Amino acid sequence: MIGAIPREARQGLVDIAPVIVAAVPIGLLYGALAAAKGLSVLEIGLMSLLVFAGGSQFTAVELWTQPVPVATLVFSAMLINARMILMGASLGPKMAGFSWPQRLFGYHLLTDEAWALAERHAGRAKVTPAYWFGLTCLLPAAWVATSVIGAYAGSLMGDPRQLGADFAFTAMFIGLTAGFWKGRVSAATIAGSAVASALVYVLAGPPWHVAAGAVAGIGGAYLAAPADDRA
Amino acid sequence: MTIDPLALAAILAMAAVTYLTRIAGFFAAGRIRLSGRAKAAFDAIPPAVLVAVIAPTVLATGWQETVAAVVTAAAATRLPLLATVGVGVAAVVALRQFS
Repeated sequence: MIGAIPREARQGLVDIAPVIVAAVPIGLLYGALAAAKGLSVLEIGLMSLLVFAGGSQFTAVELWTQPVPVATLVFSAMLINARMILMGASLGPKMAGFSWPQRLFGYHLLTDEAWALAERHAGRAKVTPAYWFGLTCLLPAAWVATSVIGAYAGSLMGDPRQLGADFAFTAMFIGLTAGFWKGRVSAATIAGSAVASALVYVLAGPPWHVAAGAVAGIGGAYLAAPADDRA
Repeated sequence: MTIDPLALAAILAMAAVTYLTRIAGFFAAGRIRLSGRAKAAFDAIPPAVLVAVIAPTVLATGWQETVAAVVTAAAATRLPLLATVGVGVAAVVALRQFS
């Protein structure tokens, strides 16, 4: 039965397996925290299916209030996911044999993890549709399923503050930020963003702290990077 | 199974801009050449936004959250993501006993 799967698709499935294992608890956590913020199970599942980008989903849930701040959510999703523009630009020329429908659907399945694995694969061979869809087909299913299960489990859990679960966001974002660490430039980014965001939050209130922190952090990186780098 | 119209609008709009970031790079391939400071600024976008979102919790909530964030950052330098979250949550629960 497994022999019927093309070899390249099988390679993609093998490559993504550890990512699926790691995504299960993160999906459960996302669902539980979103439910605690008052999102319905349907809204939680729909966001995982259609947005399908963990960092921006956690951010959206953290910024979620009533009434829903649509512009803030869209702006922060755009900023957080802008890195995928560069990933696509880098990976695009290494993909071969895709039809237009395969392209338009396949690009939706781009994630940090799939990108990193496909770039590694591209060092040995072209990224074909069989490899790409083998690599990317399981994660959406796992992400939506664990989000919904987490949403149900979370609504039974009660007050998330009691368990320190309200701090899980902050801890997760610190962990994600550490993954982007690149030395001095990152230190300038973090310091600029943290100070500007906290100041604006205290003086002007949400949602302006996100834009202020983002601009200050990006400006800090620009100033801290060497000016004469022509790499 | 309920859905708020404004929530639906937010989810659809987030999905649209996220899809745009996914396809834009593939179509712009070969035309984006960032280097030096511009590249550093672009690479800094994800951490800058992540930090901006949590800064009020870390710096303007209480000393427990600030100390727990420092503990979490230390854990993040050597532990995988999920273990880091576990350390952070345990730290804040322990520190809140002192309030």
